Parts: sequence; C-alpha cells; structure tokens
Amino acid sequence: MWQMIKPRAATMRAWQLGLLVLLFLFWDAMTRPGFIPPFMFDNDRQAAFFFGQPLAIFERIWAWFVTDADIYRHLTVTLMETAMAFAIGACSGLAGGLWLALSPTASALLEPYIKAFNAMPRIVLAPIFSVWFGLGMGSKVALGVTLVFFIVFFNVYQGVKEVSPVVLANARMLGASQRQLLRHVYLPSATSWVFSSLHTSVGLAFVGAVVGEYLGSSQGVGYLILQAEGTFDINTVMAGILVLTAFALALDGLVGRIEKRLMKWQPKVGEVEKL
Amino acid sequence: MPASAAEVVGSRSPGAQPAALTLSGVACTFVSKDAPGQRYTAVENVDLHIGAGEFVSVVGPTGCGKSTLLNMAAGLLAPSAGSVAVFGEPLTALNRRAGYMFQTESLMPWRTALANVSAGLEFRGTPLKEATALAQEWLARVGLAGFGDRYPHQMSGGMRKRASLAQTLVLDPDIILMDEPFSALDIQTRQLMENEVLQLWQAKRKAVLFITHDLDEAIAMSDRVVVMSAGPASYPMGEFVIDIPRPRDVAEIKSTPRFRELHAGIWDVLRGEVLKGYQQQLQKVA
Repeated sequence: MWQMIKPRAATMRAWQLGLLVLLFLFWDAMTRPGFIPPFMFDNDRQAAFFFGQPLAIFERIWAWFVTDADIYRHLTVTLMETAMAFAIGACSGLAGGLWLALSPTASALLEPYIKAFNAMPRIVLAPIFSVWFGLGMGSKVALGVTLVFFIVFFNVYQGVKEVSPVVLANARMLGASQRQLLRHVYLPSATSWVFSSLHTSVGLAFVGAVVGEYLGSSQGVGYLILQAEGTFDINTVMAGILVLTAFALALDGLVGRIEKRLMKWQPKVGEVEKL
Repeated sequence: MPASAAEVVGSRSPGAQPAALTLSGVACTFVSKDAPGQRYTAVENVDLHIGAGEFVSVVGPTGCGKSTLLNMAAGLLAPSAGSVAVFGEPLTALNRRAGYMFQTESLMPWRTALANVSAGLEFRGTPLKEATALAQEWLARVGLAGFGDRYPHQMSGGMRKRASLAQTLVLDPDIILMDEPFSALDIQTRQLMENEVLQLWQAKRKAVLFITHDLDEAIAMSDRVVVMSAGPASYPMGEFVIDIPRPRDVAEIKSTPRFRELHAGIWDVLRGEVLKGYQQQLQKVA
C-alpha cells in the first residue's frame, strides 16, 4: 500500500495538497474556541482573535469573490499597478542597462550614483511618491518601478558584459553594423538575463504595489488589508494575505510559461539530444 | 635527404595581380591593462602573402601568436607596426572581403542553424526570403539539410562546426580565415570535414589562411605551409611549397612517400621551435 502512495513525481501534487489541508486543519484545531483547552491565552477565544480562523477566512474570500463580488475592483487596481510597474521598470532597466554597458564613459560617470540608488532602502521613498503622485495608482507604480528597475538593470548590464567575445567577433565578421549588433547580439543575450531575473522582478513589482497601497490609498488589496487591520479584523487580513499569495503564485506561473516560450534556445539541464 | 626535398621558398613572389592578403613587417604587442609596464610581443617582423585562390597554412608551437596573426588579417586587431593589405588596398577597419571561422563556438545560441547561416546575408541586406533559400542550400551542402530548425545546443560539436562553415561560406568571401577550426573534433569527423572543406575550396578557389597546430592537416590541405617560430615575438621561419597534386584525400595522402618527405622536412624545422616553446612554458610555471 505504502509503495503505491509514497511521495514520488506522480503523487507529489497530491502530497503537496494534502500537506496544505493538514496545515489548515491544524490551524483550525488550534484556533477553534473550546476545542482544546487554552494553554497560552487567558480564555479560549483569544487564539481565534490573534490568528484568525480558516473557516471564517474562507467565508470572507467567498464573500469577496462570489456573494458580494466586491474584491474585483481592488484586485484589478493592484494587478494593474503591478503590470505597469513591471513594464515600465523592465523597459527602462533594459534600456539603461544596454546604454551603460555599451558606453564606458557614461558607466564610469554614473557608477557611484547607481550604486547609491541601489543601496538605498527604496521602500522609504513611498511617502515621497505619495506626495508627488498623489494617493492614486501613480505613487504605487513609481514605487514598484524603483524596485524592478535595478534588478533588471543590473542583470542586463551583466548580460551585455558577458556576451561571448567570439560570438560578437563572429557577428562583426559576418557584417553586422553597430545597430545590428545591438538588435541581434546584445539584446538577445541581455534578454536571457532579464528572464532569469523576471521571477524576482515580477514579485517585487507586486510588493511595490501592495506596500504602496498599504501606506496610503483608497483602493487595492493592500487597502483592504489596511482597513481590516484598523478594526482588528484578523480574518479579513489573513484572507487578503491568502488572496495576494495566490495571485503572486499565478503571476510566477505565468512568467514561467512566457520564459519557456521565449527561451527555448537555451539548453535545459539534463536535456538529451533528440535525434 | 628529406630536408632538401622540402623546398624553402624565398620571402615573397608577387604575381601580376595583387595578392589577396599581404602582411608586411607586421608586429603586435599587447599591453597589460592593469600594469602598463607589462607588455607582450606576440608576433614581430611578419611578412606573409597569400595569393588569390591560394591555400596557405600556418603552423607553429602553442602560444606563438598564430591567432593574433589571423585577427590582424581579419581587421579585428590593429597591428602595432607594419601594415596589412587586402587585394592591394591597405586594411584600416574590419576586413569586409574575408570570412572568419573561429576556433571556439561562434554560433549565436539564440538562432536556429538556418537563422545562423542566413545571419550574414541578413546583416548585408539580402531580402529574407532569398537569404533563407541560400542558407538552406548551404546547410544541405555541409550535410545539415534536415537540421535547420535546431538550436546550437541541440547539435553535436561536429554539426555546429558544419553550421559555422556554412555560415562563413554562404557569404562567398574572397578570403577565408580559419583558426584551428577542427581542433575540437574527433579524428574521423575531422577527416570528413577536412575533405569537405577541400572540395568546397576546389570548386570556388578562394584564398585561404588556415591556422593549425597539426602538421599533418597543414600538409594535407595546403599549397604552402608557413612555420612560425616559438613566441614571444615569433616570426615566420620557413615556407614550404606542398607540391602534392590535387584533388587530394586527406586520409589517403598521408601514406604517400611525398607526404612523408615533406612532413619530415617541415618537422625538422618545427621540432626545435616546439621544444623551445615548451621549455618557455615550463620556465613560466617555475
């Protein structure tokens, strides 16, 4: 029997799901008033107050998505902010990385500034962005951009610096002009580096959006969480966190899909030559 | 007897038309970026000319600056002294009339074999359709007809070399520069490729400058073999005309008496340099 169901590649999904169910059961058991005698708190309702209750959380999520259907507005805002922060940050990072990597003078001149901006804890810029761009989407996008830009920038910079000199010389001998080199050698090489950082940068764009909302906004999932915290509604806070996590996972999966599609020229580990 | 059989040719014998490639008094010194005082002269006093349609090999011990020579001929590297001329015109930028086949992997990994072969044509503004058709034709010629949609990492080393060969030759360059193109291949694949290159060359008769450390390969393929001295500051020590009739088969030719005579003669000159080069490397380590 054990041989049939023991964890292996085929049954791994089931095991992963089982672990999740187990986790929620444990959570529920620990927080259900009167189920086990309180050993940390004074009375048996406090565990539920501090940690929330899975059933109440799922009810909340159900209400958000089905009965009240009022989360879509907030989710759309958060996802739009994420997408815009990512798009703007990645494009400017790509352009900046290419420019600095190909222009030694500019790179030498700007190097200390780049380092300083990167070392700066950029989350603290959020209040300033709120002043500059208002409480709407602009300030969240700006925060996300500052987070994404540097990830992409450094990866592109590295990618261009590490273009194989032989491939480069070969392309030049084949007659590539400076522009063609950029288009056919530097850019594809840099994109592979961008993609290797994409998982991180999409995640950071999401972080930028949520943290921005959390610090001051009138809509978005971060705003929902902030509101619930104001009334000590732990169940709603937890529900918000779960929804955010699910969407972060979905985004990551989407990036993986796109990466697989565009990076098919890259050798995968363990891929055997198919004849 | 073997030494006298290999005829040492005079420094140059230019014909009526300008040579495809002429290196006169060329030197190349590398300066260390970190310590400007440290310099290394790879080659010095190099006079070399390759006639149109001539197949010339350069052999020499490791580290004698053979690749440096080739990079200067390609215009990738400017000589510290002396000059390079292509069909009588001094070379100032990249050598547009030359195709270069590199020693290491040079295919663009993000392009399929077909796209790699057609790359040069695309760069030169050939319409995509035409370029693809021509590339397809060349892939077939190097025996990769069904492999056009493969990415470099999906091909074997030999297949990648064939693709590189097609990539270089599809542009129909007047001068072909080859830097130990087959050194990474196993002996069987290598002989196949050598014969293929010879056949292609026979049909088109382009000037070839072929760098190798393998004397057998050099003699089997060339019209002329140039022996470089051990580095640093190496120079061409001797030139040998290979008068074995063509067409040749690189595997069969190696058992002919003339081949062995030539081999012995050139090896006489080369051996001392190889030992010298080896000794220098030992001293560097010590």
